Amino acid sequence: MSRRYLLKKVIGALLTLSGVVVFNFFLFRIIDRDPLAKYRGRSKLTLEQRETMIRRMGLEGSKWDQFVVYVKSVFRLDFGRSFDSTQPVLGEITARLPATLFLVGVSTLLTICIGLYIGTKAGWRRGSRFDRTSTSAAMVLYSTPEFFFGMLLLAFVAGRTGWFPTGGLRSVGANYGFVGNLLDRIHHLVLPVLTLTLGYLGSYALIMRTSMIETLGEDYLVTARAKGLRDSEVMSRHAVPNALLPSVSLIAISCGFVIGGAITTETVFSYPGLGLATANAIRNNDLPMLQALFLFASAAVILFNLVADFVYALLDPRVRRAE
Amino acid sequence: MTWARRRRAFSRVWRELRHDRPGFIGLLLLSGFGLFALSAPLIADRSSLLAASGRNNPDLAAPSSKFLLGTDEIGRDVLAQLVWGSRVSLFIGLLATVVAVVIGSLVGLAAGYAKGKISAVLLAIDDFFLVVPFLPLAIVLAVILGRSPTTLAIVIGFTSWAGSARLIRAQVLTLSERAYVERARALGAGSWHVIVRHVLPGVAPLIIANATLIVPTAILTESTLSFLGFGDRLSPSWGKLLDGAQSSGSITINAWWYFLPPGLCIIGIVLAFTLLGRALERIFDPRLKGR
Repeated sequence: MSRRYLLKKVIGALLTLSGVVVFNFFLFRIIDRDPLAKYRGRSKLTLEQRETMIRRMGLEGSKWDQFVVYVKSVFRLDFGRSFDSTQPVLGEITARLPATLFLVGVSTLLTICIGLYIGTKAGWRRGSRFDRTSTSAAMVLYSTPEFFFGMLLLAFVAGRTGWFPTGGLRSVGANYGFVGNLLDRIHHLVLPVLTLTLGYLGSYALIMRTSMIETLGEDYLVTARAKGLRDSEVMSRHAVPNALLPSVSLIAISCGFVIGGAITTETVFSYPGLGLATANAIRNNDLPMLQALFLFASAAVILFNLVADFVYALLDPRVRRAE
Repeated sequence: MTWARRRRAFSRVWRELRHDRPGFIGLLLLSGFGLFALSAPLIADRSSLLAASGRNNPDLAAPSSKFLLGTDEIGRDVLAQLVWGSRVSLFIGLLATVVAVVIGSLVGLAAGYAKGKISAVLLAIDDFFLVVPFLPLAIVLAVILGRSPTTLAIVIGFTSWAGSARLIRAQVLTLSERAYVERARALGAGSWHVIVRHVLPGVAPLIIANATLIVPTAILTESTLSFLGFGDRLSPSWGKLLDGAQSSGSITINAWWYFLPPGLCIIGIVLAFTLLGRALERIFDPRLKGR
């Protein structure tokens, strides 16, 4: 992979990230003129406490002074204290990060594998019965808000059968030993993972189907067939690798949606991750928390896009060998 | 003459749409929802949305002849909220789309037509909005700007124009290479004249198809935001109804009449706009035939 390509992508990602940092300041300090007004307990604050809060939140001096204070604190990963719990925001976030990473990671992996498989098969056999059924199903899945899947699963699977817990990260107050606890956690993950997977399966399958159909008319497939390769070989060695390319960038862009999905899914299942923290912060007007969560979500998406650029370069020999 | 041409173009689109099965299904479904929204005053009085209206009714009661879709946690008629909610959901979805299409078209046209620095700056802004996760951005904006339906619509529109700007720019770039645009320029036409009279008509079909596809995502975003606590409980959209159903515990007691109808309505309307939008894309862009 050419060094220049990598360097260009990394610099681009860093620029976008600094753009987000500046934008964040703009949102929370300029559009919102008085962030303290959203603090629920403000009426009970004494004058001194109010001044302490203003100092702590970096709301002193001119906008430029505030900006400098803000940028410095971002570099120190100091995002202030949550309005709600009064604990440092960073600690609140790092405590919840693993749960969300696990949920989003497992379901993204599942969605990509199943979605790409269905999309490939449907696109390759365009117009077949499999294509028609799977495309209709994918359209319906795409049209469904993921939290509605969660509600359906809760009402009709967890509620009716009692096979799955209705929420949380693990059984409260139970200890089954290491293996038992692990199984207990997985048991709690099944429905949330299923919800997120169903929620995004449709769009991934549709994306892959479209790019598969686009490659069908290419000359190199005719060449491959003329060489006497079997149909399955033409598909797996020539069509799929090429069809994957546009899918990689589209999937990277749609990962921003998955973050949104995590917020509602965690809300439905009271799954204590960053998504549930976001939902609570919305209801409590917890500005410091929301500000940091927005930064983290943006950083995650930017990082994911960077990874996608690398994967793209690995898959595409034209980029890989280019100077 | 222009009008005759437009009418001919319109009847061609209509003819092709009638023969495009998914697109036609989408159109029918959409008309159904349109009628549903229009008939709101016939089905239920607006006053049944008020919190006080449910005072004498049983809470979370199953469907009966009096309440065809049962009642919610404070005894209000679910059907009344569903039919009035269709207006809220459609209003937010359409207004958000108008905002997104206006910003997206302006940025796309300018970035495609202008060369050099202006184009580069616009592209950088577009890239930024394409990468920043739009739901967290919409959440943050809505918390700061306010939670009313109109604000929500503007926030959703403001966060979802980047993709269409990109599409429109690409189309403008190919159009400006065409002979008729060059001819107009050679005859001394100014930028404004070229954009309005020659480029805009060329990209208009794309803008229409694209707008039809923004509506469903806007409605989905609206339902997500409402589910997370934005919006107005006294004039609920379908997403807000789902929020009510979730927070009132209707799922635990399996009060399906409360959460099933709004969810199915969201799926239906999103499906309708998506099918129609994809059909319009196929009709306007012959390269997409057979998809």
